[in-house]
Amino acid sequence: MNGLGRSVIAPVAFLLFLGACVASLTGDWASLFSFEALGKMADFAGGFVPPATDAPFLRKVAWAALETLAISVLGTLLAVIGGLVLALPAAGRWGATAKVASRGVLNVARAIPELVWASMIVVAAGLGPFAGTLALAFHTTGVLGRLFAESLENVPPEANEALRRNGVGSTAAFWYSTLPQALPQLTSYTLYRWENNIRAATVLGVVGAGGLGQLLYFHLSLFQTHEASTVLFAMIVLVAIVDVLSNRLRNRMA
Amino acid sequence: MATLSTAPPIDPAWRSRVTWAVVAIMVLIPTGWLAEFNPATLWGQQSLRATGQFLATFFPPRVDLPFLDLVAGATWKTVAIATVGTTLAVMIAAPLALLATRVLSVSALAGGRMCTACAAARLAIRTILILLRSIPEIVWALLFVRAVGLGDTAGVIAIALTYGGMLGKVYIEILESGETQATRALLANGASRTQAFLYGTLPVCLPELMSYTIYRWECAIRASVVMGFVGAGGLGQQMELSMKMLAGGEVLTMLLVFVGLVFVADAVSGYLRRWLA
Repeated sequence: MNGLGRSVIAPVAFLLFLGACVASLTGDWASLFSFEALGKMADFAGGFVPPATDAPFLRKVAWAALETLAISVLGTLLAVIGGLVLALPAAGRWGATAKVASRGVLNVARAIPELVWASMIVVAAGLGPFAGTLALAFHTTGVLGRLFAESLENVPPEANEALRRNGVGSTAAFWYSTLPQALPQLTSYTLYRWENNIRAATVLGVVGAGGLGQLLYFHLSLFQTHEASTVLFAMIVLVAIVDVLSNRLRNRMA
Repeated sequence: MATLSTAPPIDPAWRSRVTWAVVAIMVLIPTGWLAEFNPATLWGQQSLRATGQFLATFFPPRVDLPFLDLVAGATWKTVAIATVGTTLAVMIAAPLALLATRVLSVSALAGGRMCTACAAARLAIRTILILLRSIPEIVWALLFVRAVGLGDTAGVIAIALTYGGMLGKVYIEILESGETQATRALLANGASRTQAFLYGTLPVCLPELMSYTIYRWECAIRASVVMGFVGAGGLGQQMELSMKMLAGGEVLTMLLVFVGLVFVADAVSGYLRRWLA
């Protein structure tokens, strides 16, 4: 049955599912590949060269790139604080009720994507980078909180127990044994998330949350493709730089 | 001399602690300023009122039948965009990965080095893959919404391109990290590259390739919801409309459906991957 399932039933089921999916899409694929549509698309793509390179605009792009970087750094840092605060109960340090409650909060925060957070927070914080920062912070708190809780749970308990047996309070024991033991892993999770968040921060602007994304959205809306092309280029470069930086940091710490 | 035998009077790690604190402050102040970090805005009269009104509309979630019908349609559309997009991504990634992998290089067999032209072709393909995946899917969607109009086509193309780049890279890694002896032996004994791939490489790597593809499909479902926010169809587009109208009840219903959808996709993907393993 298993052999038959794998070689016949699974492919057929997949094809049926794929067929249903294709059938429900409204796009007119035939006309998409017509000469007229392809020509239009080539025109559109051609509008991206050359990228705009006048000095005032480049300054604007550099500023937006810095803003994006700031959003990602601050959002990640806030999430580290939030994640750590929620990871303590989620690791079961304060009883079963607190554990279930904090895991619930973390799950909800993680389940909602950054961009959806941003589009809701824009109502409260207004358009701009602050909304983007909070959006990143909320989603990343959910992600980091769970990872932090897992690493805290996996710390070998001997050092903590030794301190406790010798009369050290539970808070001090946490600061001097559990946290230092977990710290390398927490840092590496945080850096990994930062790499992720710089990508997210570049696009959050699409819903008005500042940075390069907002600039891209603005110029694309006005069909100023030369300017949009410069912004796209800046996005790619920024992400590449952060990747290299974060990789270096992680290698040095490992 | 007596002081040497007692504990040092100050924290032995003070240098690094002070350095780190100074660096942190020097990074945080300009960062906070750039990000316009100002929690006070949240407690402003106007913002509190807007937030309160928006949050108040969240309850109860809207659950009348016509709306649920709309949401169900949008949800299915999201799944369809993700599935068709991922399928196209595989169609982009598989041939490129096959061309770029070193495992099937005939010239590498003989002297252990590839011919220059072959190496150049492989490098070119890898560069294409990097370009495809370094532009986020939502930006591709934004571009294609301009090029082909609002709707699911833009979403499908965006997923196909970004995920094509990601799948291609990982396919290459899987092909090269697997057991390559069988393939090498087949090639060395005169099998054609197609034969060597079908009988040497594929049987070894297939479970992992399938597993990663299914995982990406799961990610594509999440991505296609987000892409809806720029007009690429599905649940995200409906969510964006409801948020613009500040219809919190509709947003809440769709958020719940979204979380449910992600949960189901996660379960299905996990089940399929265990079954394949």
